[in-house]
Amino acid sequence: MNLHEFQAKSILRQYGVAVPRGYMAETIEQAKEIIQKLQAETNSEKCVVKAQIHAGGRGKGGGVKLANNYDEAFMHANNILGMQLITPQTGEQGKKVHKLLIEENVYQPGEVEPKEFYMGVLLDRGTGRNLIMASAEGGMNIEEVAEEHPDKIIKEWIDPSVGLQDFQARKVAFALGLEGNAFKEGVQFIKAIYKAYIEADASMVEINPMLRTSNNKILAADAKINLDDNALYRHPELEAMRDITEEDPFEVEAKASNLNYVKLDGNVGCMVNGAGLAMATMDIIKLSGGEPANFLDVGGGANAQTVEAGFRIILKDPNVKAILINIFGGIVRCDRVANGVVEAYKKIGNINIPIIVRLQGTNAEEAAKIIDTSGLKVASAVLLKDAANRVKDALV
Amino acid sequence: MSVLVNKNSKVIVQGFTGSEGSFHASQMIEYGTQLVGGVTPGKGGQTHLDRPVFNTVKEAREKAGANVSIIFVPPAFAADAIMEAADAGIELVVTITEGIPVRDMVAVKEYLSGTNTRLVGPNCPGVITPGEAKVGIMPGFVFKKGSIGIVSKSGTLTYEASDQIVKAGLGITTAIGIGGDPIIGTTTREAAELLMNDDETEALVIIGEIGGGMEAEAARWIRDHGNKKPVVGFIAGQTAPKGRRMGHAGAIIGGAEDTAEAKMRIMRDCGLEVVASPADIGETIKQLLGK
Repeated sequence: MNLHEFQAKSILRQYGVAVPRGYMAETIEQAKEIIQKLQAETNSEKCVVKAQIHAGGRGKGGGVKLANNYDEAFMHANNILGMQLITPQTGEQGKKVHKLLIEENVYQPGEVEPKEFYMGVLLDRGTGRNLIMASAEGGMNIEEVAEEHPDKIIKEWIDPSVGLQDFQARKVAFALGLEGNAFKEGVQFIKAIYKAYIEADASMVEINPMLRTSNNKILAADAKINLDDNALYRHPELEAMRDITEEDPFEVEAKASNLNYVKLDGNVGCMVNGAGLAMATMDIIKLSGGEPANFLDVGGGANAQTVEAGFRIILKDPNVKAILINIFGGIVRCDRVANGVVEAYKKIGNINIPIIVRLQGTNAEEAAKIIDTSGLKVASAVLLKDAANRVKDALV
Repeated sequence: MSVLVNKNSKVIVQGFTGSEGSFHASQMIEYGTQLVGGVTPGKGGQTHLDRPVFNTVKEAREKAGANVSIIFVPPAFAADAIMEAADAGIELVVTITEGIPVRDMVAVKEYLSGTNTRLVGPNCPGVITPGEAKVGIMPGFVFKKGSIGIVSKSGTLTYEASDQIVKAGLGITTAIGIGGDPIIGTTTREAAELLMNDDETEALVIIGEIGGGMEAEAARWIRDHGNKKPVVGFIAGQTAPKGRRMGHAGAIIGGAEDTAEAKMRIMRDCGLEVVASPADIGETIKQLLGK
C-alpha cells in the first residue's frame, strides 16, 4: 500500500524523525488557514506548497512550488489543488490533485550551505535482509546514481537476529561526510528511520532528500513509505490511511469482489486463475497481436460469481475489443467453470465483443462442448496455442 | 531417482484439521502420498482422516517418523509453524500459505540458516514426484512420470507446463513450485541444482516471473557448471508495467534487471533455450531432447 508524503511524515514524526513543520489541506479554505497558521508559527512568510499524489517526480510536473509570501502561497495552492498533475510516473493522463501539503521552507541561508542526501531502507531480495542505502548525491533519481556511479551508493545490510547496530548507523553517517551536530543527528535519524521501517512493516522507506540544514540539523525534506500489504492486519491505524481516490476505480471495485486486478492500457481483456498464468496470458495476447487491457487473477475458485464479477469489471473498459478467459482447471473442474461462464454471460446479457474461453485440465473436453453448444458468441479452446490463434482471429 | 520427495517421504500436515489442510490432506492421501498424520495444537490425541493428530511437530516426528511437513496454517501463524518444523528437525518444509508478512519471512530465513531444514515456498503449489508423492495442492493427474524436472514460481503455469510436456510424450521427474513471494526458502538456483544433479532428470524447465534476480542467478550457475542438461526457460510478465505488483507479492519490476526482457536475455546468454510464448514449452523441450 502506498502512502502520501504527509502520511509518511506523520509516521516518521512519531519515531522522532525531524520533518518540516507542515499541514495537509483538502480545500482552498483549509489552505488559506494553514498558510496563515504556518506563517505565524514559523515567523516567516516563506513556505512550500506540495501536491499530494501517489506518484513521484511531482516537482517536474509543477506540483511543488516555493512561495515567498501569502499571496504567492495562495496562488500556488489555488493552482495545484484540483490540477491534473502529469509527472514521469503518472502516465500521460496525469493524476488529479485532491490534497496539498503546505510546509515551512527548510532551505534557508545560514552558517553552512544546505546539503541534500539520499537515504532509504528496503528489502534486499537476494540476501533476504533489510538494506540501508544512502548517498551524498541526494535529491536526484537514485536509480540513475546507482547505475552511473555505483561507488556513490553506501549500502549497509542489517543482520535480522540483532537488528541495526549503532556502529552501522555511524558508518553510514561518516560515509555521508556528516560532521559535528549534523553527524550526531544523522546517526539518530538513520536509527529512527530504520525503526519506523521495521515497526510499520514497511516494504520501503525513502527519504530523498534527507537535508542538512544551514544550521547543521538533519531532517526529512521529503518522505515516501510503502507498506507491506501482507502485514496490514497488524496495523489497522495504517490501513486506515488508504486513500482510494488515488487508486484506479476499477481496481477498487475488483478488490471489493476479492479479485486481483490491475488496469492496463490494451485492447484485449483477460481473466485467469493464478498470477503466473495471468501474466503469461497477457504475454500471449501481446504475441497474438493485441495488447493486454488488464491483469486479472480470479484465484482458485473460478465460479459463476467470480467470472461474472470479472466480466463486469473488464467490460467497463471501453478499450476492450475481446476477452480471453484462461483457466487451468486442476481441482476446479472445467465443466463447472464453463457452466459458470455461460451463466455469467447470460446474466450480463448484452456482451457485444468476442469472448474466447480456454479451459484446460479436468473435464476440459466436456467444458469445450458446453461452451460450443451454448449458442453464445463464445469461442472455445483447449490448447494454449489455439487460444492464441482465436485471439488473433478476434482482432482481425 | 527424483528430488525432495519420494514414496518413502513421511509427510505431516501442519494446520491438519482446518478446511484447507483437511481438503488437501485427503487429496494427498488419495494420490498415494505417505501421509503419517498432522499437527493442530490443542487437538493432539484425536484422529483426523484416519491419521493421528499431534500437538507439536516434535511429537509427530518422534511418534510418526515424519521427515516432511506441509503447512496450511493462516499467514499470521505461518512463520511460527515453519520454525517449529525446523526446530523439530523436519528435513523438508513445504509452505503453501499465501500472504505471510515479509518481516516474518526475514526472521524465518535467518532462523533456518542455522538448521538442516530446507524450506520450499511460501506461497507455492508444493512439490510432486509423479507416481510417488504429492506434497502440495497441484492436480496430481496433470503430472505423469518421466524425465523432465520443473522449477517454477507459479502454480497454474506449472500445471500448464506439465500438461504440455505430457502431451509431447514426455513426463516429469519432480516438479518444484518455489513460490512467488519476495523471500522464499529454496531459490530457483537451488532447485535447478538439485535437478541438475539428479540422474533421472534429462532436461529442465525453469519458469520465472518479473521481480528479483533468482532466474539470472540460476542461469549463471547453470552456465558456470557446464550446461550439463538442456533447459527451457520462460519468464511470465513480458507485458507487465513497471512498479505494479502483478498478483504475487514478489512479482514487481523494480530495477532494470527485474524485467522479463532482462531475465530472458541473461538466460539466453547463459545458453538456456528461452521461449517467448508459454504455449511453446512442451514442444521446445521435446525438440531439445531430439525425441
